[in-house]
Amino acid sequence: METKRNRAFYFVLLPVLAWLMILIFIPHIELLVNSFKVDGQESWTLENYTDFFTNRIYWMTLVKTVSYAIGVTILAFIVAFPVAFYLTKVVSKRYVGPLTMLLLVPLWVGELITIYGWMIILGDHGIINQFLIDLGWIEKPLPLLYNDFSMILGLLYMSVLFMIVPIMSTLESLDDSLIEAASDLGAGKWTIIRRIVIPYAMPGIVSGSIIVFMLVIGDYLAPNILGGKSSLWFTEQIYNQFLSTFNWNEGAAFGFLLLLISSLIVWIALKVSGQKLERVGS
Amino acid sequence: MIRSLPNTSLYRNGYRFYVGIFFLFLVLPLVVISVLAFNDSNFIALPWKGFTFDWFFANTDDRVGLFQDEDLVRSIWVSIVTALIMGLLSLGVGTAAALLFVQEKFRGKNFLYFLAIAPLVIPGVILGISIILTSTQVAGGIEKATGWDPEFLSPGFWLVVLGQFSFGATYVMLIVSARLKKFDPTLEEAALSLKATKLEAIRYITIPFLRPALISGFAVAFLISFSNFNTTIFLIGSDPTLPVELFTRIKFSSTPVLNAISFLIVVVISTFALVNLYLDRKK
Repeated sequence: METKRNRAFYFVLLPVLAWLMILIFIPHIELLVNSFKVDGQESWTLENYTDFFTNRIYWMTLVKTVSYAIGVTILAFIVAFPVAFYLTKVVSKRYVGPLTMLLLVPLWVGELITIYGWMIILGDHGIINQFLIDLGWIEKPLPLLYNDFSMILGLLYMSVLFMIVPIMSTLESLDDSLIEAASDLGAGKWTIIRRIVIPYAMPGIVSGSIIVFMLVIGDYLAPNILGGKSSLWFTEQIYNQFLSTFNWNEGAAFGFLLLLISSLIVWIALKVSGQKLERVGS
Repeated sequence: MIRSLPNTSLYRNGYRFYVGIFFLFLVLPLVVISVLAFNDSNFIALPWKGFTFDWFFANTDDRVGLFQDEDLVRSIWVSIVTALIMGLLSLGVGTAAALLFVQEKFRGKNFLYFLAIAPLVIPGVILGISIILTSTQVAGGIEKATGWDPEFLSPGFWLVVLGQFSFGATYVMLIVSARLKKFDPTLEEAALSLKATKLEAIRYITIPFLRPALISGFAVAFLISFSNFNTTIFLIGSDPTLPVELFTRIKFSSTPVLNAISFLIVVVISTFALVNLYLDRKK
């Protein structure tokens, strides 16, 4: 009996171990090691990190990326929460399935294509400008594309679904009678939202926020395609180090810093809300 | 407030309006892309100049349609093959991971589980650069020691598959785990007491129970691979996948052929969503 069990155990353990060690654990150690080296030298050095802290453009980009990512996460919550509540509690049950499916279509179509769609919409000859000019409301096209506005719009678009879905899945188990009881006892809408719905949905809100934050901070396409010259994103710095200047060690240091700071923020969020990382995935 | 409570018409209509605007925001890019795929113009912009299929079939000096564009067709093919192999690999290992973490107890389990869900919170670019750093290092080491250059470790098809699989398996694991937690272990125990080996029990009892989760796990992995850019860009060799090819064109040479391919993807995904909805209804 014992030997049979062991064989099955190793049969599932080995591929998993290979996956996690070869593709997750070792590469991240390698990333850390490389960030302390410079090309052609065996010895360890802090050069890549001092480079980062002495070049204003590098650390300013990281500061900007992190603060924008927090901002977009808050924005995504404000946009997503009413939608999630509507789809789980307000709209007639018949429409829940089709609307949820519609919600997922842009997600599966992929970020690149939807970002490209926004590029067409917002451009000088785009739909919005053309429409406003045809109406005679404006004479020259509005500068809607290649700035922070279009970049934030793109980031919000590609991440907001990841806020809606976790909130919906927590709200589905919220018993309607709790809301009915509160309402019978004279509570107003805002009181119910603040005292019952939001506290109940908190696990979903935390999961959603973490996923949105990580997606936004690690995004490349929205800042690169929709952002302007000044909307430099930290991932673009990493891409530049790897794909144009070929300074992989510096790039590794940047990557490690991004990983460090984003994990730190996620860790703080988990501590403050008293949640576990394991729940984020579920 | 909610379905069962009386609502003022201002609340109902106001709320409906907000959600309507939200869904408009959601579908607007897809609709605009699709419509402009049929615009008889060499620029991806309004005004509307009439209906044409040129961006799908034409092959003239100033217009090359999607199906005549060899690079584009090849990149679609590369993406499909990559997604199939990556999907199967993720399915196998992700399912093994679900069985391991849901059913087994062993030392170091928490640490391994942490590694397994880490890709959810590691930006794709970090996975990309750490894998390319490692594979370059390892390939260099092997070549120095043996003189043999392990080609599958240099940027190209297999490295892309491995890179995408590193997080694809996580998604499969989560989907399969969710169903596995509902599995009644007495079924497997019954099989074991009837002299089945553990592997046979998994093969004939557990796997059939998991089938719906396995199908959706594979579909999710396939779609993730098909649209991945952030990790893939670092691992790509001379054969770009569709997102990489599209990105290069968006940046440097966009024609409405980009709309044509996007339109096709929107159609395929929407059909997929409708079929899914129909199957859900039937249940």
